[in-house]
Amino acid sequence: MYEILASFAQTWGMLLFVTLFLGALTYALWPKNQERFDKAANAPLNESDSPADAAASED
Amino acid sequence: MTSSQTLQRSGFDINLAAVGLITLLGALWALFAAAFAPDAAMKGQSWLILAGFLTGLLLVVGAIARGGVIVDQSEYNEDLIKAGVIASLFWGAAGLLVGVLIAFQLAFPVLNLDAFGFTSFGRLRPLHTSAVIFAFGGNVLLATSFYVVQRTSRTRIAGGVWPWFVFWGYQFFIVIAASGYLIGITQSQEYAEPEWYADLWLTIVWVAYLLIFLGTLWKRKEPHIYVANWFYLAFIITIAVLHVVNNLAVPVDFFGSRSYPVMAGVQNALTQWWYGHNAVGFFLTAGFLGIMYYFIPKRVHRPVYSYRLSIIHFWSLIFIYIWAGPHHLHYTALPEWAQTLGMTFSIMLWMPSWGGMINGLMTLSGAWDKLRTDPVVRMLVLSVAFYGMSTFEGPVMSVRAVNSLSHYTDWTVGHVHSGALGWVGFVSFGALYCLVPWLWKKKGMFSKALVDWHFWIATFGILLYITSMWVAGIMQGLMWRAYNELGFLEYSFVETVEAMHISYIIRAVGGVLYLAGALIMIYNVYRTIKGDVTETDEAVVPQPALAE
Repeated sequence: MYEILASFAQTWGMLLFVTLFLGALTYALWPKNQERFDKAANAPLNESDSPADAAASED
Repeated sequence: MTSSQTLQRSGFDINLAAVGLITLLGALWALFAAAFAPDAAMKGQSWLILAGFLTGLLLVVGAIARGGVIVDQSEYNEDLIKAGVIASLFWGAAGLLVGVLIAFQLAFPVLNLDAFGFTSFGRLRPLHTSAVIFAFGGNVLLATSFYVVQRTSRTRIAGGVWPWFVFWGYQFFIVIAASGYLIGITQSQEYAEPEWYADLWLTIVWVAYLLIFLGTLWKRKEPHIYVANWFYLAFIITIAVLHVVNNLAVPVDFFGSRSYPVMAGVQNALTQWWYGHNAVGFFLTAGFLGIMYYFIPKRVHRPVYSYRLSIIHFWSLIFIYIWAGPHHLHYTALPEWAQTLGMTFSIMLWMPSWGGMINGLMTLSGAWDKLRTDPVVRMLVLSVAFYGMSTFEGPVMSVRAVNSLSHYTDWTVGHVHSGALGWVGFVSFGALYCLVPWLWKKKGMFSKALVDWHFWIATFGILLYITSMWVAGIMQGLMWRAYNELGFLEYSFVETVEAMHISYIIRAVGGVLYLAGALIMIYNVYRTIKGDVTETDEAVVPQPALAE
């Protein structure tokens, strides 16, 4: 059992994690995402004192 | 806002019924434990647990009588966060006070009162660590995460009565655990001392916390999940996994306090430090980074320096932190490759940590003058600086050669406290100073000068603490490994203890200063809530959101 787990962890397991991490990096650095990130970064600064539901129902 | 209208309430719904059922079953179990517990400690605890569940039942009945809890979707749930802020301050003061007490016990052992076993250092030390980490830190994380997830999702928190169940259930867990330590109930695993029944209770509370958080994200009105929520979510999920796996145990008796862990020997040790270090990584780091990524931009009115960097920061922490635990087990029965793995990943952690630090600090670019004018910003910035410092010191200490000197010495204690007092403490205080005027709708804090006093007194306290522990720890390590010309050890153990006496006194004084700062804060918060605010603080009253 130990050998099976250890050999899996050192080969496919490692590859899986590296691939997942590279995927996350690609997502973060993809040029087209810049606009979306700019919007997200400003989200906390543009919030109002009541939820979106309230704003919608008052308008 | 519809504050003038009657707010929509949940009525007697399935959620209230479920929470009522949980308290009823809990009370029943406690009653049986009171009757059949095989050990005296559990017999005592069972009455406390019974009282807790009956109080919970009363709260549920009270809520039903008022027509259910408020679930009005046109308002954020801010009462919940107010409760979290007050609980944080209470547990913060309690935890720091016990810390000061045990610091003096180490300097003056006579303070361990022989006639009262519960005053011994061994009982009080887990009380201190649990109170500051889980009670203070945990409540700060509960309060800020509930605040941030509602605001950045632009929707009221999900789950009806469940957020209140999480809040009160968590306080109940703290009381059960803390009172257990005092009467000698412990499973003797660092930061995981509570016994099986307390662990089970925390599991229920924590799963509810996770579901509420996910439910709120699910019904969000913003397309993107703001990065702070990613950090909070990682903290909640990872703590759930760590807590369950590390506490796998078989109780001796269904109504007794003792249990035995499923894993033994080196497996148990590795699991314990996989848990222990990730409690640092995901509770004390990821959760509080959520605070950094929301409260610093919010306070300085600037978006985070680089949103891209924050995503990279997040994923590299997630992928690396989880492997760092074995550095706690250098030179033990743990296989050497596992020790090397822990060390390597700890050193790799330096990069994302400093990336995050730079991201937090650079958010101030163009607004550095706020360091001079706003003591709360100064507090938040110093906390990030301490984050950078302790995430540099940590990797250094994880190197096996350095660890051979530092391990088991007070250098470790100093390192932990530069992270805990400097990073976790200050980022929490900063967030609380932001939250109090926002939640209680005040123009600012009662006294900005007192915030300044808190900042300087506490900073000086931290400096005394960490410098004295560097001196004590490195001296202790060097004395332990000193040989004379005949190959015998140069010093006996007690000589090393004697040499550290002065450092222990300086450390205790540092603790007193830090506690004094926290008490000043509590006074300031009390006066603010009471309504004694005279000046408008423009850092607190921002222009209303413009719908551009």
